[in-house]
Amino acid sequence: MAIKKIAFIVEKLPYKSETSRLALTHAIASQTVEIHLEDGDNVEPVLIFVGEGVLNCLKDQKALDIYGVTSLEMHIKNALLLDLKVQVCKEDLDGFGLTEDSIVMDAEEIGGEVTTEVVPYDEIQKSLEAADHLMFF
Amino acid sequence: MGKLTIGCFSSLVGSMSLDFAVKLSEAAVKKGHEVDLWLSGNGTMLGKKGQSKFRDYSYLMGTVKELIESGKFKITNCEACAKARGIGREDTEEGFGIASMDWYLASAFGADRVLHIGGE
Repeated sequence: MAIKKIAFIVEKLPYKSETSRLALTHAIASQTVEIHLEDGDNVEPVLIFVGEGVLNCLKDQKALDIYGVTSLEMHIKNALLLDLKVQVCKEDLDGFGLTEDSIVMDAEEIGGEVTTEVVPYDEIQKSLEAADHLMFF
Repeated sequence: MGKLTIGCFSSLVGSMSLDFAVKLSEAAVKKGHEVDLWLSGNGTMLGKKGQSKFRDYSYLMGTVKELIESGKFKITNCEACAKARGIGREDTEEGFGIASMDWYLASAFGADRVLHIGGE
């Protein structure tokens, strides 16, 4: 029986490429990974937004209206609904003049109980060090 | 010997990341390691049938087929990413797996090392 921690680090802009979307869908796929593993084994994901990647977390995205695709905001809410750990780098938010009020902090309206953690880079570094594997998107 | 899992999301022509991923896979297999190569996003076009070998355009299928024959190499397309690009099972070269994203995470679970190339 083992748990492997995988950190999904999102550092690219939303909607410029599909990269950040694939980070979210792959992280969410951890919910079904057990079907491929031995009993008791599992993957524990952590989603980390740094650099320009913090812009994926902005509230009130209109991707469905404009591009006809599910917004990154909605994907993040789905991740929170599924109790994934979501961390956003505070220094990078500050750099863009953003605050917790600017970004997706919870998924209460769809029943989510977990909230986004806005943390200093030191905390993100700890998550990176605790991970068995890092995936940069 | 170890197991290497590589995820590559970059396109076949237009980026050299897939070339690097296949070259690295070849080197690892030659050393006796096992390699899982996960193709997502534009990377799924690597498995498309009917590719032409033109001078100065990347053509990796020959190497990929040799790697598959080695028995130490698994190559798998993301089903959703491939279908979204019009690449179904019937359009995919023999030997390529087709799976959902959890396959990649399961492969990473059992890997000694993971190299993730997240795309352009």
